[in-house]
Amino acid sequence: MTESTMKPPKKVLSPVNWMRQHLFSTWYNALLTVVVGYLIVTSVGPLLNWVFFDANFQGSDPSDCSGAGACWLFINQRLNFFIYGFYPDELQWRVDFMFLLLAVSFVPQFIERFPGRKWLGIFGMTGLPLIGFFLIPGGSFGLEQVESTKWGGLMLTLILAYIGIIASLPIGTLLALGRRSEMPIIRGLCVVFIEVWRAVPLITVLFMASVMLPLFLPEGMNFEKLARALIGITLWQSAYMAEVIRGGLQAIPRGQYEAADALGLGYWRKMGLIVLPQALKLVIPGIVNTFIALFKDTTLVLIIGLFDILGTVQSTVTDPAWQNVAVEGYVFVAFCFWVFCFGISQYSQKLERKLDTGHKT
Amino acid sequence: MKKQTIDSRPAGPKPWYDPRVRSLFFQVVAITLVFWGGWTLVDNTLSNMESRGISTGFGFLEESAGFGIIMHLVPYDATMSYGRTFWVGLTNTLLVSAMGVVAATILGFVLGIARLSSNWLVAKISLAYIEVIRNIPLLLQIFFWYFAVLSNLPSPRQSVDVGGTLFLNNRGLYLPEPLTQDGFGLVWGGVLAAIAAVIGIRLWAKKRQLATGQIFPTFKVGVAILVLVPIISYLVAGRPLEWEIPALKGFNFGGGITIIPELAALWIALSLYTASFIAEIVRSGILSVSKGQTEASKALGLPHGLTLRLVVIPQAMRVIIPPLTSQYLNLVKNSSLATAIGYPDLVAVFMGTTLNQTGQAVEVVAMTMAVYLTISLLISLFMNIYNRAVAIKER
Amino acid sequence: MKKTKSIALGMALTVGAFTATGAMAATTLENVKDKGHLQCGVTSGLPGFSQPDEEGNWTGIDVDTCRAVATAIFGDSKSVEFTPLTAKERFTALQSGEIDMLSRNTTWTLTRDASLGLNFAGVNYYDGQGFLINKGIGVDDATQLDGATICIQSGTTTELNLSDYFRAKGMEFKPIVFDTSEQTVQGFSAGRCDVLTSDRSQLAALRSKLADPSSAKILPNTISKEPLGPVVRQGDDQWFNIVKWVLSVQINAEELGVTSANVDDMLKSDNPNIQRLLGTEGDMGAKLGLQHDFGYEVIKHVGNYGEMYDRNVGPDTPLGLDRGLNALWTEGGIMYAPPVR
Repeated sequence: MTESTMKPPKKVLSPVNWMRQHLFSTWYNALLTVVVGYLIVTSVGPLLNWVFFDANFQGSDPSDCSGAGACWLFINQRLNFFIYGFYPDELQWRVDFMFLLLAVSFVPQFIERFPGRKWLGIFGMTGLPLIGFFLIPGGSFGLEQVESTKWGGLMLTLILAYIGIIASLPIGTLLALGRRSEMPIIRGLCVVFIEVWRAVPLITVLFMASVMLPLFLPEGMNFEKLARALIGITLWQSAYMAEVIRGGLQAIPRGQYEAADALGLGYWRKMGLIVLPQALKLVIPGIVNTFIALFKDTTLVLIIGLFDILGTVQSTVTDPAWQNVAVEGYVFVAFCFWVFCFGISQYSQKLERKLDTGHKT
Repeated sequence: MKKQTIDSRPAGPKPWYDPRVRSLFFQVVAITLVFWGGWTLVDNTLSNMESRGISTGFGFLEESAGFGIIMHLVPYDATMSYGRTFWVGLTNTLLVSAMGVVAATILGFVLGIARLSSNWLVAKISLAYIEVIRNIPLLLQIFFWYFAVLSNLPSPRQSVDVGGTLFLNNRGLYLPEPLTQDGFGLVWGGVLAAIAAVIGIRLWAKKRQLATGQIFPTFKVGVAILVLVPIISYLVAGRPLEWEIPALKGFNFGGGITIIPELAALWIALSLYTASFIAEIVRSGILSVSKGQTEASKALGLPHGLTLRLVVIPQAMRVIIPPLTSQYLNLVKNSSLATAIGYPDLVAVFMGTTLNQTGQAVEVVAMTMAVYLTISLLISLFMNIYNRAVAIKER
Repeated sequence: MKKTKSIALGMALTVGAFTATGAMAATTLENVKDKGHLQCGVTSGLPGFSQPDEEGNWTGIDVDTCRAVATAIFGDSKSVEFTPLTAKERFTALQSGEIDMLSRNTTWTLTRDASLGLNFAGVNYYDGQGFLINKGIGVDDATQLDGATICIQSGTTTELNLSDYFRAKGMEFKPIVFDTSEQTVQGFSAGRCDVLTSDRSQLAALRSKLADPSSAKILPNTISKEPLGPVVRQGDDQWFNIVKWVLSVQINAEELGVTSANVDDMLKSDNPNIQRLLGTEGDMGAKLGLQHDFGYEVIKHVGNYGEMYDRNVGPDTPLGLDRGLNALWTEGGIMYAPPVR
C-alpha cells in the first residue's frame, strides 16, 4: 500500500470531549440534552418494569397475572390462534413447512456470499407459491382439505402480502411497459388504470371486492371472500408496482434501447432480454419497500371480516376471561410487524447503497 | 451465385411487419377489449341487479336517512336525506385530513431537522421514533390510541379539569366555544386590514431592497401587525366575544366544542405515522443541497439563519415538495381507516351505514371513489403547478 | 376443492371471467346437492346464535337452523359449511350466490323483502331492541336516556329504530357506530358510551362478554319488533319452500311432542299429524324435492325447535333467555307454524 492511499487517521475523542462535542456544544444543545435525557430516564424505567421485571410469563390462566406488569402469558396461551387462526392443529405442519421454506429462501438474502442465494430467491418467487398453492388448502394429492375460512393469523397476513406481491409483479410490469409505450391509446389506458387505483384508499377497494365484485360477475360464478380480497389487493398493488417499475425503466440509459433496436430485436425481446433485466434489478429496493407497505396494509382486511394477525388479536382481547390485555395484544402485533418490516427495510437500504454506485451523476 | 435484380428502393415491408400498422392494430384490439370488457361488466351488473331485484338509480339520495351521526360540520339530523349524509361524511373526512396534514407537517419537519441535529441524543431519539413508528401498521396504531388509551381515561364525572374551562374524559376533550357577539365584524375587518398591510409592506420592502439594497425586517413587522391590529380592533369594538364553557349536564358534558375520542385517536395516529415519513423526506431534502452551497453562502458572509432561509431551504423544498404531496395524499386516503373506530368519515357514514340501509352498493361505492379520485387529482394538479413554479430557471 | 381453488382462478380469470354470461340454470337445490354441502352465512361471532370455538366448530340457534336444512337435504347434519359475514356483507353474499341461505339474526322488514331481492323464510327468534346500560349512570328506564352516548353496530335496523325512538320521545343522543359487535362491546367496556343498544337477545350475550357483567344491566324497555329468521334469494320458490318448511317441521315437532330422543318411538305413533311429519304416511318430502322422511332426519339429528332453543339460548345456557315470545302459541308465546299436510 502506498502512502497516498492511506486513510487519514481516525479522530478519537475521549468520552468527555465526545460528550462536549455531541451533547453540550451550545447552551441550547445542553438544555435539550438535559430535558430529553430526563424524559428518557423517567420513562424507560417504568417501561422496562412493565415489559420485563413485573411482567408475567408463566402460568396457564388469567389469575396467574399479577396485574403489576404486562400479562404476556395471554400471548403464550393464544399464540397458536395468532399464528394459524382456525387451521386444524394436526395439519399445522403444512403451514410450518411453508414458514420453513420461506425462511430458507429469503433469510440467505441477508447474507452476502451465501452460496446459491440467487437460486433460493428465484425458488421463493416461483416454486414456493406453487407448493403453497397445493399444500395450504389441501384437497389434492391425498391432502385433507382446509377451508379458507379457517385460515387466519400470521399465516393469513403472510399469504395476503406474499400473493399480493407475486401476482402484482407481472401485472405491474405490463402496466409500466404500457405507460411507456409509444401507442397513445395503450398508454392512455394504462395511465388511467394506474392513476385510478392509486387514488382510492385500499379500504374502498376491499369493500368493493367484498360487496360489489359479486355483482360484476356473471350469475353462478363467484369467489370466496379471501379470493375476492386477493383480487382487490392485487389490482391495487399492481398500480403501485407499475410506478416503481416505471422508475427503473426510466433509469435505463437510452443507449441500451437504441442498441437493442440496432441489433434488430423486436419489442418483446428488447424488453425481455435487454431492458427489463436491468430495470428490475435497479428497482429491487423499491419493490421491497412496496412489499413493506403492503405487508402493513394487509391489516385492513380485518375491516371486511378476515382474521389476519391483528384480527385474531382484536377478537381475543375482548375475551372476558382475560381482563385488560388489549395493550399486551397490540404490543405483540406491533412487535411482530416491526421485526419483519424493520428487518426487511434494513435489507433494502443495504441493497440500495450497494446498487447506488456510479449511476448517479 | 445467381445475380439478383438490384432495386434501388427496398420493397416496402409487408403490412403486418409495418410498425405503424402493427401499432394501430394493437391499439384497436386493446380498445375493443377494454370496451367489450367494460360493456360485459355493466351488462352483468345490470342483469344481476335486475334478476336479484335490487333497486338502481340515484333516487335514494333524496330519501330520508333516519339515522343519527355523532359529529357533523354541516347541519344534519335524522330527518335529512341520504344525500346529506354524503356531505356530512365528506366534510368530516376533509376535517381530519386537514388537521392531520398540519400536525404531520410540523412534527415531520421538527423530526427531520432533529435527525440532522449536532446533538447526538436528539438525533438518535428522532431516528428511533422514525424507525419504530413507520414500521408498525397504521390501523394498529389507531386501535392503540383509541382502545388502549381511551379505557385509561376517566368517566365524565371524574373528568380531568383544567382551570374549570377545559375538560378531558373518555367522551372526549371539551373546550370553551367562542361565541361572537354584535360588532365582531370590526375584528374581522381588522384581520383583513392587517393581512392587506403585511402584503403591501412585503411588496414595498422587496422593491426597496432591489433598488437600494437595504433590508427591511418584514417578518418581525408583519407578525407585529398581524397580532396587534386584530387585538386593538377587538378592544375598540368593546370585546364582542363570549365563551361558552362546557358543563356537566346529566351524564354527559354539554356546550362548548367537543373533540370526540374517535377524531382525536385518528388525528394523533395519522399525524404521528405520516410525520415519520415526512421526517425522512425532509432529511433527504436537506442533505440533497450540496455542501458547496452552504459554504458559498458562508463565504459571502451570510449568517447561519439567513443561509438556511435563503440558500438551503428553497433548494431543499424543491426536493421535498413532490414526495411531501404524495404523503399528504396518503394521509387523506388513510383517513378512511376511521371506519374501524367509528369516526363518521365518508367511508364510515356513506359507504357504511348509507350503503347498508339502501343496499345500493354500486352507486354509493362509485360516488365514494369519485371523491377520492377528485382529491387525488386536485393534489397532483397543485403539485404540478408548484413544480413548474419552483423549477430551476436556467438562464 | 373447487371452492378453494377459486383463489387461483380469481387471479387468472379476472378478465376472462366476464366472458361467460349468465349460464346458471340449475336450481339452488341441485347446486347444493352437486356441491355435497350447504353453504350457510352466519355472524362472525355472537354467543347463542353463531359462534366458532377455538377449533372452528360452530354452535348457535342460527347455526342449528342451517344444520336442519342440511339434514333435510342430505340426512346428515355435518354437510354444511359456514361463511362468517359482517352485517354489511350479508345481503350481497346471498344475492351473489356465495351462500345458499343466510341465517344471521337478520330482521325481517318490508324494504329487505321488497328491494333487496330476498325472501324471509320464517322466524326462528322473535326479538326486540333494548338497551344495556352501565349501572353507574343511574337510569332505570329508557325515557331517562336524554343526552346519552350510545354504542351501536353499523348496518343494522337498530340504527334506524334508535333514531326513531329518540325522535318520537323528543330526546337527543350521540351515536357511536362500530363495524362489529366485538368492537361495540370493546367501546362500551372502555367507557366510550353510557348505553349499548342491540336486539335484547344479543344484549344478554354481549353482557356476558363484559369483564364484569354485574356492572351493566338491561333496561326493561323494548323499542322495536325484530323478527329474526333465515333468508333466501328471490326467484327459487322450491328452495324458499324447503327452508320455510324445515323450520315449520321443527316447530310442529315441538308442538306434537316429538324430540330427538323419542323420535324413533314416534315412528310407530298412530297420530296422523306425527305420521305426516316424520314421513311414515303421505309423501310430504317429494312435494319439496326432498326425501319422504326428511322430517324424521331433521328431528333425529338436530331436534325440534324447543331443543334447539334450550341448547343454545335457553335458561340453562350462559345467555339464560326465557322462552317469552318464542314459546309455542299453545304456551303463551307466538311461535306458530302452519300444519304439515
